[in-house]
Amino acid sequence: MIPAAFEYVRAGSVDEAVALLGRDEDAKLLAGGHSLIPTMRLRFSRPSLLVDIGRLDDLRYVTANRDRIAIGALTRHAELIRDPVLREHCAVIGEAAALIGDPQVRHRGTIGGSVAHGDPASDLGTILLTLDAELVARGPQGERTIPAAAFFTGPFHNALEHQEVLTEIRVPKAAGTYLKYVRRAPDWATVGVAAARVDGRVHIGLASMGPTPLRARSVEDAFADGASPADAAAHAADDTMPPADASASSEYRAHLAQVLVRRALENS
Amino acid sequence: MENLPLEGALTVTFIRSLLAHATIVGVDATAAEALPNVQVLTAADMDLGVFGPPPLPGVNPGMGRPLLAVDRVRFVGDIIAIVISDDRATGADAAELVHVDYDPLPAVVSTHDAAKDEVLLFPEAGTNVAARAGSPEHDEKLFDGCDVVVSGTLVSPRMAPCPLEPRSAAAELGPDGRITAWLSTQTPHQDRMVLAGTLGLDPAQLRVVAPDVGGGFGAKMLNVEEVLVVWLARRLGRPVRWTETRSESMVALPHGRAAHLEYTLGGTRDGKVLAYRLEVIQDCGGYAALGAFLPNLTGLMASGVYAIPRIEFESCSVVTNTTPISAFRGAGRPEASQAIERAIDTFAAELGMDPAEVRRRNFIPKDAFPHTTASHAVYDSGDYEGALELALRSVGYDELRDEQRHRREQAATTQLGIGISCYVEITNGISESEFGEVEITRDGGALLRTGSFSHGQGHETTFAMIVAERLGLPVEDVTVHKGDTDEIAKGTGTYGSKSTQIGGTAARLAADDVLELAKQLVADYLEASPADIVLDPAAGRLHVAGDPSVGISWADLASRASADERLAELKAEHEFKAEPSFPFGAHIAVVEVDTETGRVELRRLVAVDDAGTLVNPLIAEGQVHGGVATGVAQALYENFVYDEHGNPLTGTFVGYAFPSSADLPSWETVEMETPTPLNALGAKGIGESGTIGATPAVHNAVVDALTPFGVRNVDLPANGENVWRALQEAKA
Amino acid sequence: MTRVALTVNGSRCEADVEPRQLLAYFLRDQLGLTGTNVGCDTTSCGTCTVLVDGESVKSCTVFAVQAEGCEVTTVEGLAQGDELHPVQQAFHEQHALQCGYCTPGFVMATISLLNENPNPSEVEIRDGLEGNLCRCTGYHNIVKAVQAAARAGA
Repeated sequence: MIPAAFEYVRAGSVDEAVALLGRDEDAKLLAGGHSLIPTMRLRFSRPSLLVDIGRLDDLRYVTANRDRIAIGALTRHAELIRDPVLREHCAVIGEAAALIGDPQVRHRGTIGGSVAHGDPASDLGTILLTLDAELVARGPQGERTIPAAAFFTGPFHNALEHQEVLTEIRVPKAAGTYLKYVRRAPDWATVGVAAARVDGRVHIGLASMGPTPLRARSVEDAFADGASPADAAAHAADDTMPPADASASSEYRAHLAQVLVRRALENS
Repeated sequence: MENLPLEGALTVTFIRSLLAHATIVGVDATAAEALPNVQVLTAADMDLGVFGPPPLPGVNPGMGRPLLAVDRVRFVGDIIAIVISDDRATGADAAELVHVDYDPLPAVVSTHDAAKDEVLLFPEAGTNVAARAGSPEHDEKLFDGCDVVVSGTLVSPRMAPCPLEPRSAAAELGPDGRITAWLSTQTPHQDRMVLAGTLGLDPAQLRVVAPDVGGGFGAKMLNVEEVLVVWLARRLGRPVRWTETRSESMVALPHGRAAHLEYTLGGTRDGKVLAYRLEVIQDCGGYAALGAFLPNLTGLMASGVYAIPRIEFESCSVVTNTTPISAFRGAGRPEASQAIERAIDTFAAELGMDPAEVRRRNFIPKDAFPHTTASHAVYDSGDYEGALELALRSVGYDELRDEQRHRREQAATTQLGIGISCYVEITNGISESEFGEVEITRDGGALLRTGSFSHGQGHETTFAMIVAERLGLPVEDVTVHKGDTDEIAKGTGTYGSKSTQIGGTAARLAADDVLELAKQLVADYLEASPADIVLDPAAGRLHVAGDPSVGISWADLASRASADERLAELKAEHEFKAEPSFPFGAHIAVVEVDTETGRVELRRLVAVDDAGTLVNPLIAEGQVHGGVATGVAQALYENFVYDEHGNPLTGTFVGYAFPSSADLPSWETVEMETPTPLNALGAKGIGESGTIGATPAVHNAVVDALTPFGVRNVDLPANGENVWRALQEAKA
Repeated sequence: MTRVALTVNGSRCEADVEPRQLLAYFLRDQLGLTGTNVGCDTTSCGTCTVLVDGESVKSCTVFAVQAEGCEVTTVEGLAQGDELHPVQQAFHEQHALQCGYCTPGFVMATISLLNENPNPSEVEIRDGLEGNLCRCTGYHNIVKAVQAAARAGA
């Protein structure tokens, strides 16, 4: 299928992209395009202007300082998978990236685009939430940092203002696990469970269990209070709103969350 | 197909219903027609009648599909209007601007609701029943004498055929008034006849060409879209073309399966089956098409590979507000095999007997052919026990049972399941004939024109091998032509796994006829008697018997005959008709089931398939691979589903769980050849065997893994959720 | 219309395209490179796979304008005269295609896979081709073809 017609501009810099977004309230950013273009082909999304930031190669990097890792928003999934810094200090990101879509998608898709798209089933979104990542955005008023817990505001919605461009993602050095249940290999997560040890405490994140990636706070609290993995995991579906769709019912998702959370805790 | 260059062709875009059941109040195309060169047509512009259903016994003729929906739509995807534009993008833009005013009707989505006849899709028919087969009379004494009677309900999930090439069609009205239609189809000759009938044309006015076609699986036969494209070319006087999008294909290309099966099976305590009853409720979708008839094949094959003295079969096909059902790889036979193989396993479990042993005690013995079953099929040849023993040896059955026992003792989270399926199926099921014509070409090669069609089956190779072998030619010197009704006098196309056995045999017999004609010509040239001329197949020479030095090669014969204007004598056609043949085999699946998540992983699948003599084992094996993958897809992954309003929930490749390479293992195929006496090749069909055999093997394996948990059945597809549900129910 | 300049199968080409023109349709309709097929509209089936700067990409999910300045390789760019690319040769020899519609996409995905992992295990091959769907072969002979191509050093 063919998207509705739109105007196209390639931005030469983040500041130029910010300015271009200001030209049109129906403008959208185009990074790797692997979240946006499929929705445009089905005409679920019909921006009037696409601002292409895909060539801003200065947003493709992974660097580490003493306790944090900074990831450029345009770093592609395939790059996350093979990045030596991530492998050493936060391997769960590359491990989860390897489970996204398929190789072709991973060659083009970017961490920033994927996270900003705001799919409740987003693997990387769930991991960033679990890691208490910080998301750096640049807009007309300059740069600001958004905590992951405040970033995901609803299904396919996030805390970015219309003219803001997500530029960098900062995560702590941490050990973690991501368990993804899928009906078949290239699918979105039926349920995804992330576990990571951050500042001595185990965090648990859930994909596809509500309108956004979620944290399983009652599991975290129970586990911190000394509950066994099985007892803590019994709370995995607390305060969630698992969707029902062709890949699973709500009840089955709730059950899966409990099994996967227990397994993730046993690994932690 | 879409690569066909067609200068100045207009693009066709169909406006399809977004509601499953509604009356059409009006169509407003004003905004769409304001776009450059856009024209919108509706049923009011049509002068054509209703399409189908095919004239099959027992199918209600009043449930055919209007070419464009008149007043009422009956499924999401029904065609309401046609947009004509210069290009694809404009067509898509215009389609969005066509406003359809619907008056929604309650949707009938399940066969259960349809059978109540509360909401009718065809009020004038007074019922939703499109067809019945078998006997509604129940023999009260059917299970008399049985020590053990088991029963169960099974689902054959609705599948989208998903050929990787979506459908495509183009048509052009020639200056001579003839129309050429290029169709992505399996059946060009039949399509020409149906097109002519529907459009009120003399078939001679139509040429149908099927170019390279990207898979069909039973679904690519003439449908309303192709008829409309041809009609448009005539009406507009301009070439037109249409290529379906995947989202369109998922709802518009007919689906397959979609049956509910209820079985009851009884026998003695020592494992002898005495009686079997099978009841089928078939979902036809929004209109009665081939799907309404398919339970007849299920009934015919109800007995499977077993000698069962008493069988009762009954089916009822009902219309629902869903995509129409037609043939899809297996077409009616997978349901038969699924039911009897699950019934036998349930019976074995009830007896506490090994499922392989119960099968051994009930096979039709190999010296009992031809064999007529209690469900009225006449099986040509078989060695069912031989196939099972081969499969058991290949898989290492006893070792697997040991491993299973060990895991059960350990109460392991991941349990092992072993599933057996012994199947027999019917190919060339309606006793068809096929056409072949062979001629010797100027360069001494041969040209075969076949009425069969190939959309991935490799007939170009297999049929060339058949002709080459008869004429003593290298296979590269035989060319195969197909798929053009102007060039090939007649044909039936390819479906129902009938091509090699009838099309291949026709090719062989035509080649034999050409050889006889060649002997006469050689006899003339050598001044000998035709009876004394023999072929040296290794050398590709015809010579006088007993004196190889007096002879002539095909190349020399062709060039001499050509110079003498006698080449046309080296041409013969043959039509070959045969009774159905019955391929069979045994599949064994090994699965691991995560008893917490329910996830099933298929570890191994051993497939023994016997389709008689194999002409080209490599190609036959490829057919088994693809067939098995589809059978496994049905067992574990695919299910086309609707919500309660009839909205499709799996209308794209994102929602519909078509398995990837990462979801399937490599297959372990084992050849076995028991020739059929029905044709000179000894060949049966192989295209659907894998599908028919694999589904019950995997299904039985999943249930086998869960037997210690008290699970008696898992609904297909046996995905994580359905396994989890079965475990929950067993606990309750 | 937007001007786009790129290299396709080693030849430089320039054209005016609508921004919404997908790379797959640009290759097919404007350049006549019909070996690249389109089999879905959700980035699922992989029949449209081409190489962009050496990596496999689904050309139905890239606008032609995004390929500005890139090097694109399609299935037509593989064979040297009559000599098939080793991956094509392996697909041919292993009977890894039936209807052939998915084949160009599988061949391009395989080339990219073997570039990244010249000696993949069966599991790595199956995972590496998860973005391409085939309805005919059950993937069996496709996997064998990739193994054969890897052995041949493709």
